[in-house]
Amino acid sequence: MPVKSNSTKRASAKTKSSKTQSSARGDILLLVGTRKGGFVLRGDAKRKTWETTRNIMIGSTIHHIVMDPRDKKTILMTERGGHLGPTIHRSTDFGKTWQEATKPPAFAPAANGEAGRVIQHDFWLSPGHANEPGVWYLGTSPQGLFRSEDGGATWGEVTGLHQHPMFNAWAGPPEYAPPGGATLHSILIDPRDAQHLYISMSGGGVFESSDRGANWQPLNKGILSDFMPVPDAEYGHDAHATRMNVLDPDRLYQQNHCGVYTMDRKEGLWVRIGDKLPKDISDHGFPIVTHPRDPKTAWIFPNEAFPYARVPHDGKPATFVTHNAGKTWRRQSKGLPTANGWYTIKRQAMNSDTRDPLGLYFGTTGGEIWASHDEGESWTRIADGLPEIFSVEVAEL
Amino acid sequence: METCQVSIPTPLRKYTDGQRVVETQGSTLREMLDAMECAYPGFKFRVVNEQGQLREHIRLFINQRIAPDLDAAIQPNDAVRIILAISGGS
Repeated sequence: MPVKSNSTKRASAKTKSSKTQSSARGDILLLVGTRKGGFVLRGDAKRKTWETTRNIMIGSTIHHIVMDPRDKKTILMTERGGHLGPTIHRSTDFGKTWQEATKPPAFAPAANGEAGRVIQHDFWLSPGHANEPGVWYLGTSPQGLFRSEDGGATWGEVTGLHQHPMFNAWAGPPEYAPPGGATLHSILIDPRDAQHLYISMSGGGVFESSDRGANWQPLNKGILSDFMPVPDAEYGHDAHATRMNVLDPDRLYQQNHCGVYTMDRKEGLWVRIGDKLPKDISDHGFPIVTHPRDPKTAWIFPNEAFPYARVPHDGKPATFVTHNAGKTWRRQSKGLPTANGWYTIKRQAMNSDTRDPLGLYFGTTGGEIWASHDEGESWTRIADGLPEIFSVEVAEL
Repeated sequence: METCQVSIPTPLRKYTDGQRVVETQGSTLREMLDAMECAYPGFKFRVVNEQGQLREHIRLFINQRIAPDLDAAIQPNDAVRIILAISGGS
């Protein structure tokens, strides 16, 4: 079921100035999901002081906490409580109280004699389009896509994906899942068109819909996965994180298991840009962050890729930034440990605010949160002692 | 429909208004869980997945015996225990 992209017809989201200022001027909240609960850090408007103001459902696994940018009030949170099944919670008082979804995400029961899919954990939350208040999307493990039309109270399957004749092939067999479980993530909604969606699957690759999820097509041309029998196959790739630049939504960036890529959607070809990193730095990693005012700027946090290290090269953590869509990269490590920084940054655990200069934040598997208020030029540790961090989302008040 | 007593483990008591033991009805464990869902919305999905299977690391006991499946019969005044297995530490 091929889907014709309308990307070339969509109006540009670019503004007259590439230096569009953020409208947010108040405090900043960092919404932190961890293996053992959720946490909220509050920073003042100048980002000088940070305080852990709230801990949420200590003991539960929290993969993602996201504030709705459309009302700057509603927060959704994924939760899996130890032995108990996964669900979604909603808060409208900045995390003080939570209401559980009355109809949590769930795959449809299987036909008699067939093995049905079971959500192991809810993984990735994305607020819907600005013109669709109350709409949210959720990616799960194993791979599934769900939508809520009522602010997260009730959830239904995006059946256009789950019932697609190729879905099981795209998602791959359960035994092929990575150790933490196969996930659907990086649910991107085109700011010009609520019907135009991207999802990424790990494994599976990137997929696109131009009809609000009724139909899907792979979008992996140019990706080379050297672990696959056919490295340039149409699907089966391991997209770790995919981001869209909000100023130029046709500019996509992807941190893949096998490198860092960018795509101009009008061309439809992923171009590897991680190979421009210094030769001793692998372009394996999990997160990738884009700049809300500059489509050619992106940050990554490279890992030592092999053999299964997933930690910074030589134990020296650093972000790398490009200002020319990947033609060149520059190391940024001022303030970060110069040795023994043996942690991983997971795909949801690095993000930015929208201030000028841009603030960047990442959380580590060692329970530390680091912040930069000069676009990565220098870093300061603003929290430690937290459980293993899965996600850091920024909410600006 | 038989009446039974259900012992609620700590993580599930937020659904039962903090009650450690509740009285409910059901001729089988599956019916008991349906009755619990009616009385305490959200309870069942934390215990049973969307394919109708007991979640990993959760077991149900009828009196002193582990139930083989959710179709196990409940007799009048049986005590049902929801046991969360000792696990974790990884």
